Amino acid sequence: MKRLATAITVLSLTGLGTTAVAESHVDPAIAGAMKARQAHMQLYAHNIGVLGGMARERIAYDADAASAAASNIAALSQLDQSTYWPEGSDNSVEGSKALPAIWENLDDVMSMSEDLVMAAAAMEDAAGQGLGALKGAMGGLGGACGACHEDYRESDD
Amino acid sequence: MAGRLLKGVAALAVAGGAAGWWLTAPDPLPADHLAGLTGDAAAGEQVFIAAGCASCHTAPDAEAGQGLPILAGGQRFETDFGTFVAPNISTDPNHGIGGWSDMDLANAVQRGVSPGGAHYYPAFPYTAYARAGRQDIADLIAYMRTLPADATPSQPHDITFPFNVRRSLGGWKTLFRNEDWVVTGNLDSQVERGRYLVEALGHCGECHTPRNALGGLDRGNWLAGAVNPDGEGRIPDITPEGLGWSAPDISAYLESGFTPEFDTAGGTMVSVIKNTSRLSVQDRDAIAAYLVALP
Repeated sequence: MKRLATAITVLSLTGLGTTAVAESHVDPAIAGAMKARQAHMQLYAHNIGVLGGMARERIAYDADAASAAASNIAALSQLDQSTYWPEGSDNSVEGSKALPAIWENLDDVMSMSEDLVMAAAAMEDAAGQGLGALKGAMGGLGGACGACHEDYRESDD
Repeated sequence: MAGRLLKGVAALAVAGGAAGWWLTAPDPLPADHLAGLTGDAAAGEQVFIAAGCASCHTAPDAEAGQGLPILAGGQRFETDFGTFVAPNISTDPNHGIGGWSDMDLANAVQRGVSPGGAHYYPAFPYTAYARAGRQDIADLIAYMRTLPADATPSQPHDITFPFNVRRSLGGWKTLFRNEDWVVTGNLDSQVERGRYLVEALGHCGECHTPRNALGGLDRGNWLAGAVNPDGEGRIPDITPEGLGWSAPDISAYLESGFTPEFDTAGGTMVSVIKNTSRLSVQDRDAIAAYLVALP
């Protein structure tokens, strides 16, 4: 009985050990790039949250705040991301939802990135022009984000 | 003794075979299913959008929302059972459904039976469409007949044995086809409309509900999330407990694709949003009301 308990303890310790080793095996350069791009996405979400909150009329429309958020998104859309997406940082790595198809279709990904620059610029023009104009630009912005997530991000809960 | 036993076994085998043949036979709609109905193509467009037909039946490289959808087929769906290829359902008389009668179309959509009497694979969500109202089907057919013809031939599915024996799908239907509503009880008219959109036309359960080893839906875990049937990752749990979004959040997501945290829809849900964004506000609100009312 005691032996069984010992065996179970050893097994569970081994199990825990395996997880820790697996995590520490992620190349620090890959882990850093993933952190950077996920932070970039988070900055999009935060700024889109300002615009979306107004579009959904959860917060009052404010032309200056809307313009500031839209300018941030436009600036983010133009940052060079080439070092964020090293080969080998696809969803085979714990914590990554990036599908390997990204690296097989870089031209398509870049063209979608150009579409996002355009949609972000359209939002930058519209955001300060009233709630109606802001709402009108939301669909284009959402579509530009979603286009890439449709083909290149793993589905998840 | 041995002879008698053999005879008995043989008789049983014949009886079993006959029963099996009967159990796997196609079960078409009654001939008067559409009797007295006139299809309204304009109303049918909303049925077509709510049923998501274009998401699977347009060509793989088609751009959504650019003019009338061209239902040329050709999208490939990799599953555990093999690869399904969506067929051409444009109005082309040879390669599409242009030569089909209204009842041919209704039987395909609601019973999964081809004009020649063969079973369709349930990758085509006829088990959900079976719950659709007769007028909606008549309207849908009227709308489909207004869409452009395309002469791209349909491609064969690439299905592994034993799933490539179409007759066996009759057995599958006997086991898993269930036209009853999943959510029952006293529903207000909005939730009832939502149930119709989710359980019938929208066929949301096809991806969001887990399946057993033979591909039957696990109604006990309705909309509780499942492995992605066509790709990597998982399809989310959208029960109130699993999702935790308010009805206005769900409705806004179905319109814009933005989650409450302003992430966006991904994967196949992107093409679903392209459809739900074109439904009426009332219908999006009804879907949301149904989802938050799930037990």
